[in-house]
Amino acid sequence: MLGDIVQYLSDPFNQDRILGYLGEHLQLSLLPLVIGLAAAIPLGWLASRTRSLRLTLMGTANVVYTIPSLALFVVLPGLIGTQITAPINVILALSIYTAALLVRPVVDALDAVPGHVIAAATAMGYRPLRRFFAVELPLSVPVLAAGVRVASVSNISLVSVGALIGTGGLGALFTGGFQIRYLPPIIVGIALTLLLALVMDLLLVGLRRALTPWSRVGGAH
Amino acid sequence: MLQEILSWLTDPAHWSGPDGIPHRLLEHLGYTVVAALAAIAIGVPLGLFVGHTGRGGLALVGLTNGMRALPTLGLVTFLFLVLGSTQTSTLIALVVLAVPPVLAGTYAGVQDTPRGVVDAAQGMGMTGWQRLWRVEVPNATPLLLGGIRNAVLQLVATTTVAAFVGLGGLGRYVLDGLRVYAYPKVAAGALLVAALAVVLDLLLAGLQRVIVPRGLRLAAVTRRRGGVAREPERVGTDVVAGAVAREGANG
Repeated sequence: MLGDIVQYLSDPFNQDRILGYLGEHLQLSLLPLVIGLAAAIPLGWLASRTRSLRLTLMGTANVVYTIPSLALFVVLPGLIGTQITAPINVILALSIYTAALLVRPVVDALDAVPGHVIAAATAMGYRPLRRFFAVELPLSVPVLAAGVRVASVSNISLVSVGALIGTGGLGALFTGGFQIRYLPPIIVGIALTLLLALVMDLLLVGLRRALTPWSRVGGAH
Repeated sequence: MLQEILSWLTDPAHWSGPDGIPHRLLEHLGYTVVAALAAIAIGVPLGLFVGHTGRGGLALVGLTNGMRALPTLGLVTFLFLVLGSTQTSTLIALVVLAVPPVLAGTYAGVQDTPRGVVDAAQGMGMTGWQRLWRVEVPNATPLLLGGIRNAVLQLVATTTVAAFVGLGGLGRYVLDGLRVYAYPKVAAGALLVAALAVVLDLLLAGLQRVIVPRGLRLAAVTRRRGGVAREPERVGTDVVAGAVAREGANG
């Protein structure tokens, strides 16, 4: 079995294909992470200010998150008029999941910013918008980062389902391997997906550390 | 477009026979329920053991985190090629994917029992078993049931994907429809799957309301109203626990 995998991996044609799939996989999982986060921050901010909006948003997010990915991938083209095999469907669906997953952490994180800190910033002359970006958002990074890490892993594993509609990054190795009843591409695909998730997770941990220098001093938070 | 989907759904021909909606729905539900029961039978005792004794907690968290990255389609096709049988390989894949959320929910629930309450139970002279059944299990119910809810969502999603290796269920409509570019069939199948997921989740949410002990619900309300101050660290772990509970549900 190991010999089969080595043989499969040593073929330059296979190497090119795998690298291509890996790049596509990275793009299909990373882009939604950024878009979803960018959408969740203003939504979470709105939800943290208005009670009725909070309930509506949380409820919607919960329902959205229950929808199986394959279902969302194929329903979206009908709603927005794209081709069923277009990569945009996968990107949009995963962005929606990411936003749905992150709204709650954003709200929780903003809620957890101590009132006296906001009062101090206001007293120092920060206007609400600047205060949000300079004080409230940075302070919510630790909680937010936990949510982003979950979304990152979840996206990376979900992308491959897209292979069933023709855009799935490494998922193409699963459908391809299944069609010719050949295990090596499937094993390589699983291993690379796990590896990609691990590397992304480590990068996100590093990013969180860089963004929260105060937590390394200790005791301040 | 909506018209075509509706007419597909209401066509009497699609409501009878082995490829009819009732049969496919029951198949889908069958795989989900069987795999969920198996996952509960494995995950709950293991989660209670690890949570109660505190042994192997780190390994368990690492394992469940790693499992979250496992691509469902990869697991399903892998097991199919290794075992050769659609039903056996899919059922194993379903159980493998459903155990981690149940396990993580149970473990997090037991771990979540306030330290003071556990100490008080010990101080009252409760044995290990009494503490487990009378204190830790009741306290774990919200997160435990949350874990089961996520496992069920994962199962509904993965059963759909498993149509790729020939499994029955509602995923058939999506994949068979895709093969011949019959979009109304694809969309109808997807809507049925989504509806099944939402209905099952609502049912389990209702069950959660009924089963969670009254004392815990009161405590949660008090906390929400600001009766008990929540330190930032606490919020952090809540989010992580919640996130663990909401892991990759749409597999």
